Amino acid sequence: MMNDYDVVIIGGGPAGMAAALSARKTGAEKVLIIERDRELGGILQQCIHNGFGLHRFKEELTGPGYAGRYIKMVQADPSIDVLLDTMVLDVEQDKIIYAVNPKQGMLTIQAKAVIFTMGCRERTRGAIRIAGGRAAGVFTAGAAQRMVNMEGFLPGKKIVILGSGDIGLIMARRLTLEGAKVQAVLELMPYSNGLTRNVVQCLEDFDIPLHLSHTIVKVHGKERVTGVTCAKVDENRAVIPGSEFDIECDCLLLSVGLIPENELSRTIDLAMDSLTSGPIVDQFRQTSLPGFFAAGNVVHVHDLVDFVSQEGEIAGNAAAKYALGQLPKAQRVVDIEATGGVRTVVPQHLSITPESPESVRLFMRVGKPEQRITLVIESAGKMLYTRKLAVAKPGEMIVVELPADKVCECTNKITVSLVK
Amino acid sequence: MEQVKRRLSCIVCPMSCQGEVTLENGSVTGITGFTCPRGEKYAREEVVAPKRTLTTTVRISGAQLPLLPVISKTALPKDKVVDCARFLSNIRVQAPVKEGDVVCADILGLGVDIVAARDLL
Ligand code: SF4
Repeated sequence: MMNDYDVVIIGGGPAGMAAALSARKTGAEKVLIIERDRELGGILQQCIHNGFGLHRFKEELTGPGYAGRYIKMVQADPSIDVLLDTMVLDVEQDKIIYAVNPKQGMLTIQAKAVIFTMGCRERTRGAIRIAGGRAAGVFTAGAAQRMVNMEGFLPGKKIVILGSGDIGLIMARRLTLEGAKVQAVLELMPYSNGLTRNVVQCLEDFDIPLHLSHTIVKVHGKERVTGVTCAKVDENRAVIPGSEFDIECDCLLLSVGLIPENELSRTIDLAMDSLTSGPIVDQFRQTSLPGFFAAGNVVHVHDLVDFVSQEGEIAGNAAAKYALGQLPKAQRVVDIEATGGVRTVVPQHLSITPESPESVRLFMRVGKPEQRITLVIESAGKMLYTRKLAVAKPGEMIVVELPADKVCECTNKITVSLVK
Repeated sequence: MEQVKRRLSCIVCPMSCQGEVTLENGSVTGITGFTCPRGEKYAREEVVAPKRTLTTTVRISGAQLPLLPVISKTALPKDKVVDCARFLSNIRVQAPVKEGDVVCADILGLGVDIVAARDLL
């Protein structure tokens, strides 16, 4: 069976749904979303806390509430097909997609343009190498979130959380509300990677201790986790001997970072950014392979879903134009380089087209927390943009809108950096 | 006259603005550092009568999932949040449910309704 589509979107989370709607708006006639879960919405469906959609919907929604608004818009458009419970197995460079589901078996789909919106995955115990046996009770925070919020299980009664990213903080509160005792949250870095509001309302509200510059050196227990040994680390993140102490627990949750999920991107050899762990894209979210686009957490891990949706829209619009043969070819490509304190920048280059240029949003993350610094964007010694920042944290993305006239002026490499 | 200053991080939106509230004899006389009026309102309340929105789940029968996410329609007194969550853990609803349907009216007599956060059909 062969199915033809203008735009095929792999992943039905916030980026994928926004991409589908935007592709339709731009004129794509047949759009398909392929989703491996039983419903659309992606990770939002398990993020039952509120705080989503302030930019997009001007109100504060829960994750399922935000997803629900997009699902309704997708369902209202008969030209957007959705395949649920469907796993993409392989993608070829000529845009043939092989997928499988329990109802239809193997599917072969031909797209004119493909958008990758697979989101991201959690780093696991293997990725951070904690010593100890294979006792049950070690989970990633996101897996625990799904258990508690969607499946109806509690992963443990006495919990230790390693990592103070937002998912870890939110799970500390969630488990407390469900009657578990959260013994402590440990953070390797001297600062929390989560939003300040989450430190306040998820930990301080419930008197859950946060140990900064601490890590876990051993997990105890044979059948089931019985406790962990923690230790303080120095400024090089090396364990300080003699600082070890034990915490009793029957469950260890890991919230130690997210990695864009790019197996498919690698099978077709997309050029990747080693720092974002996502494909290198231009301002249209086109990857190194023409006709392949990417948006959302598969490109770089976002803090706000609003920006994920926005990126999906950019990719959906450009992919539809590509499918219709309307995406202008780049006259020249201008690289954007993150230096001097800025760790990552997306997009990684600009495709300057003859069409009237549009302003471009740059998304940046700093390498470490800074205070009272200036963000400088320049090209060939010419200042394009500066902004004074009172604080800059790795956990909070910096977003800058580069005006259209600055974009078309650029001929040389653009650099973004922090200046004291 | 007793003057106290309290540093607060606003939790209303992800900007997490840092501000300061000045209290004189228990009443608010100055607020600085919050970038929008919602932050000022939060700070004023936080020092006098802190409130939090509750999100949790209740059991649901007859749906494709066993749990329904719910949210308090407005914020609850902070010290009642855990009690409300415990109370809701004993509630069961029947599908179909639409986002916004009241799952528990006037929870614990606090004058706040708990509503469904999504459709579950
Ligand atoms: S003061 Fe306003 S902008 Fe700042 S965190 Fe609070 S709500 Fe957000």
